[in-house]
Amino acid sequence: MSASDRDAPGVAAPRPSMRLPEAGLALAGAAALVLAAWAVPWLKFVLTIALAKGVAVLGILLLLRAGQVSFGHSMFLAVGAYTVAFLAPAVPEALLLLPLGALLGGLLGLVIGLFIVRYRDIFFSMLNLALSMVLYSLLEKLYDLTKGTDGIRVSALTFAGAVPDRETQEWVMFGLALALALGFGLLVRAYLASPMGRALAGIKTRETRLEFMGVSARRVLLFAYVFSAVMGGAAGTLVAMTTRHVTPQLAYWTSSGELVFIAILGGAGSALGPFLGATAFELVRVYAAAAVADAWQMILGGVLLLVILFAPGGLWGMLTSRLRGRA
Amino acid sequence: MSASDHRRAEAAGDPDRPREATRAPLLSARGLRLAFGGVKAADGIDLDVMPGEFLAIIGPNGAGKTTFINMTTGYLRPQAGSIDYDGQPILGLSPRAIVKRGIGRSFQLPQLFSEHTVLENAALAIAAHAGLWSPLTPLLRPRYREEAMALLDRFGLAPLAEARADALNEGARKLADIAMAAALQPRLLLMDEPTSGVAATEKMGIVETLVRVLRDTGVTAVFVEHDMEVVERFADRVAVWSQGRIAALGPPEQVLNDPAVLRDVIGIEPAHHA
Ligand SMILES: Nc1ncnc2c1ncn2[C@@H]1O[C@H](COP(=O)(O)OP(=O)(O)OP(=O)(O)O)[C@@H](O)[C@H]1O
Ligand SMILES: [Mg+2]
Repeated sequence: MSASDRDAPGVAAPRPSMRLPEAGLALAGAAALVLAAWAVPWLKFVLTIALAKGVAVLGILLLLRAGQVSFGHSMFLAVGAYTVAFLAPAVPEALLLLPLGALLGGLLGLVIGLFIVRYRDIFFSMLNLALSMVLYSLLEKLYDLTKGTDGIRVSALTFAGAVPDRETQEWVMFGLALALALGFGLLVRAYLASPMGRALAGIKTRETRLEFMGVSARRVLLFAYVFSAVMGGAAGTLVAMTTRHVTPQLAYWTSSGELVFIAILGGAGSALGPFLGATAFELVRVYAAAAVADAWQMILGGVLLLVILFAPGGLWGMLTSRLRGRA
Repeated sequence: MSASDHRRAEAAGDPDRPREATRAPLLSARGLRLAFGGVKAADGIDLDVMPGEFLAIIGPNGAGKTTFINMTTGYLRPQAGSIDYDGQPILGLSPRAIVKRGIGRSFQLPQLFSEHTVLENAALAIAAHAGLWSPLTPLLRPRYREEAMALLDRFGLAPLAEARADALNEGARKLADIAMAAALQPRLLLMDEPTSGVAATEKMGIVETLVRVLRDTGVTAVFVEHDMEVVERFADRVAVWSQGRIAALGPPEQVLNDPAVLRDVIGIEPAHHA
């Protein structure tokens, strides 16, 4: 009996072999964002924030692949944002602050990760939440350092040594956010297809098997956790540089919940999901807030409910099933 | 079954071959004890597994067969006793450390990455063994893809490479599970009921494939088996488990014809297999 003369026994469903042109979709999406930012100038700000949050949500997506939900991930965003706020007076260079915020986010991720990757499921979620609330309280209570809930105004920044006018600076921030979104998107995509990324997804289904392959599931999860913290930190610097005002609210648990919300809204099936989700989230927020004032949370809640009930793959899932249906 | 007869002679320690007498066991368990509450899952297990042999473990449900595998692979820690592998104590080591020393296992309930394809499952095991964890190069890079396909091909699983693991039937899942263990190139492979749940028509074919692969690579195998025909044809020695103890141990023709073993332990009438 050889491999070829034995029938394939009992296969329920072959895997769809069609590959979606993710790269093409990403470029088309980027072009659409640029066009929108150009056509409606005040959207530049909204879209920059959306891209920044999308980068942070990429981190949530990584952990979701391992079946873990972090309800405290905005703490890394806060680290990046406060890095900018604290250091801008001394080091006004945005292109230095950005990697520094990412690095500090990653360092905190490493310290927390070393301990948190021992836990799974509800314990993992809640420990993240608890730690983020510790950070929130520190930011709120250490008034002398942080100005408490008033927050810190980000002082003037330079970009590669230059001090652009307001309009140019908005474009620069938008461009930076877009570049980081594309860059981290590519990295995440490559990572998820690598042995590490596939092992990460294995934590969700068969952690014992990983151990019996000689692989430390904790180390696999730690790598993903630190990676996600780096992206959180980078996103935080973008948010601080764009909004020019940093408050402890960034670390509050509702901000973390928002990231998880966006992850589910966008869908965890692709690195494009977080950006679809974040863009939709921010646009709905802006337009719904303008239309019905205080009811925008209700509208977003309704949208999420519909997504969970009818499109568990999120916006990305809806998009791909449409594209597949047409192909 | 000349190959198997040969092995049998080797494992039994043929007196005409003096080298055999001094050969050290690959695995050596002494006085293993483990109780779960009042249940004695291991009640003084002594067992030597010789290099190159195929040792079958038989015995009724709940006799402690899986518990023995779990203790040997570091998944459960016995309350007393010792386990030496290749002359070194391995008790107290983690499953990961034990795997790295060369003991592999497959599972009574296959442990596959259910959302991955069969090919990805195999490639992950190969990558794990190679220790290559670059986070940016694809798992299914040509080298791993080829190696994984070759592995699947040896186990007759190549046609299922692109299927999701959770879409396989029981027999294919068992084989894939064993293939993943084999990918780590263990010297000792512990298989927990490799043929249970496999359709009767497929069973012998699967076992033949399996035995050929393992013999080719010189793996020492311990396997829990309920099918006496499989045991008779492929085992060099049989250990009969009963209530946490080894009730009988020897070549299959001897053990499987022992009326006491048949009646009291296996629970079948001697006439059936005489
Ligand atoms: N982790 C555990 N906790 C509690 N009891 C256990 C545990 N593992 C095994 N046991 C008990 O120990 C005894 C031996 O179990 P084991 O799984 O080793 O039997 P087995 O010989 O493999 O049986 P089967 O043929 O059904 O697989 C059983 O009574 C079982 O219920
Ligand atoms: Mg068992």
